[in-house]
Formats: sequence, structure tokens, C-alpha cells
Amino acid sequence: MTTFWILAPIIVLAALGILFVRKAVHAAMLLAIVMISLAMLYLVLDAPFLFAAQIIVYTGAILMLFLFVVMLVGVDASDSVVETIKGQRVMAIIGGLLLGTTFVLGLSQISLGTVVGLDSANDDGNNISALADILFGKYVFAFETTSALLITAAVGAMVLAHRERLEPKPTQADLAAQRLRDYADSGKHLGPLPTPGVFARHNAVDTPALLPDGTAAEASISRVLAARGTVRSAPALADDITHIEQQLGAATHAGRDQSAPATTEEESPS
Amino acid sequence: MTPYVVLSAIVFSIGVVGVLTRRNALVVFMCVELMLNASNLALVAFAKQNGNLDGQIAAFFVMVVAAAEVVVGLAIIMTIFRTRRSASVDDASLLKY
Repeated sequence: MTTFWILAPIIVLAALGILFVRKAVHAAMLLAIVMISLAMLYLVLDAPFLFAAQIIVYTGAILMLFLFVVMLVGVDASDSVVETIKGQRVMAIIGGLLLGTTFVLGLSQISLGTVVGLDSANDDGNNISALADILFGKYVFAFETTSALLITAAVGAMVLAHRERLEPKPTQADLAAQRLRDYADSGKHLGPLPTPGVFARHNAVDTPALLPDGTAAEASISRVLAARGTVRSAPALADDITHIEQQLGAATHAGRDQSAPATTEEESPS
Repeated sequence: MTPYVVLSAIVFSIGVVGVLTRRNALVVFMCVELMLNASNLALVAFAKQNGNLDGQIAAFFVMVVAAAEVVVGLAIIMTIFRTRRSASVDDASLLKY
């Protein structure tokens, strides 16, 4: 019972938080807290299979679906405060309080009797076999129906999310012609960008790559970071461009005067 | 088992208020899931109370149906968002007189 009294306030606070947070992502995180706490309560209530199923199916699959759609629909989208139906918010809160109070008052007055417990039903901790006995025995028809339901749901989601192509798909010839047009109009480079690591100075994503003349390449930084202003400057090792230029200058002079091999100086690690 | 059932009732009412109050379609949907989870908790608590596993089987079926419902519901929300660029439940009001 101590587990219950620790988890119950967490569940209620997280559920209340879902009502009040502004962003949908925060609501999803609070819902994850509720679901995992409920899974632990299932474990306390002698339901180990449901504990695992709650975490894997509910938190791991259903909540992930929510987060994917939040990413698609817009992480920043927040509720407007303007009411379209007058007094809806107040009436909803009053109605909810009434419902909750009725529930709590009614349920706290019933006495459920002694808890029978699941020891005999579980057959000494074999919850999964006992569940399987019932699921494929008494409830097998419902089980088959839910499998049909899941197939229908998957097909329905595919139908709803399908997008018809309104114009013909651009072929490779079309794309090449478009690239040449862009080059003619704006001088935009015709070919692909250099592969990652060619101009990079550092592993971090917020450190830009330096072009051969020492300037930072804009294309090497994500636009989000640039918009936030969290771009770091390339590290001080970038100064070795001038250092190498000096070495090259000294080495060519050395080569002319003494015909010593120029390679040894340039290869020395700086 | 009464504390478990009371907790389930409280979370259910919080879900009800959430569905009625929030404007973002995704958060409304999350409150529906909250209600389903609360009813799952009540089912599992009564399974332990009565000593047979039918409550846990029912909770399992609720989970399956919730999964199917979330899939279709989110596909609907995404389709509405694509055409209207808005996830607010107030904006889908074409059937209003």
C-alpha cells in the first residue's frame, strides 16, 4: 500500500498538469508519467502481464504515435484562450468537480468486503498462463474480433493518410533542367554539396565548417540553430590555415635554395 | 481496493474536464486516453478484489481497442490539419448551423 500512496499523488498531479500545460508535448510527457505509474500500480495489483503490456503498448506505442503526430502537427501550437462558447470553461470545471465529488463520495461509502486476491487464480504466480487460458478459452471470439478491429484500424489509417499526387512526378531530366535554370538565374552551384567531413572542423553540430578561404559555410549549420543564435565559432585550430600558408611559403623558398624535400615540414602535426 | 477505485474515479473526472476544456485536438485525445487508463485501473483493482482474471482480460481488451482508436483518431487529426493547417477543435465547425 505504500507504493499506492506514493504513486497516487503523482498520478493525480500529472493528470491535473495535463489540463493546465500550454504545449501538447508537455501534456504528452505528463501522460507518460501517468501511464508508467499506472503500470507500477498494476504490478502491485498482481497483474504482471498488464504491467508489461501497459508500458510496451500504451506508453511505448500509443504515446509514441501521439508524439509523432505532435511533431507533424506542430510542436509550438498552443491553445488560444478565447472561448467560442460562452462560459464553457467555467461550466466544464463545475461539471467535472461535481462528477468527481459524486464519484468519490459514492465510492468511498461502499464496502467491498475482503480482498479475495489473485493467488488461486494466478496458480502461484503463473499469471500469463492463467490469462492465456481465459483469453483463448472463454474470450476467444472477442480476441478474434479485436484482431479484425486492428486490421481495420491499420487500413483505415492508411486510407486517411494517403495523399494523391496532383502533378506528374518530376523525372531526372526535369530536375537537371531545373538545376541548370537555377545556375543561370542565381549562380547556384550545379553539383551536390561536398560530403560531410570534408570541410568540418569539429564534431559538434553547432560548430560550422570552414570553406577553403577560412570563412564559415552557412550550409553546414542547421537553420534552427542559426535562428536561435546558438552557433559557436570554429575552434582556434582554424588559425592553422595561415600557419600552413606560411609553411608553404617557407617551404617553396627552401626548395628553391637548398633543394631540401618540402614534404617533411608540411606533414608535421600542428 | 477502495483507494484504487477512488483514484480511478478522480483520474476519470480529470479526463472529463480535460476533454471539455482543452482546445488542442491532440490534448483532447490525450485526455480521452487518460479516461481509458482510469477505467483500466478500476478493472484491474476489481479483478484482484473478486479473485478472478476477467477484469485483467477486460483491461487487455480496452488496451487493444484504445490502440486501434488512437491510430484512426490521429489519422483523422492529421488529415484535418493538412487541409485546415489548424489542430484546434473549434475550427472544425462546418456542420454548425
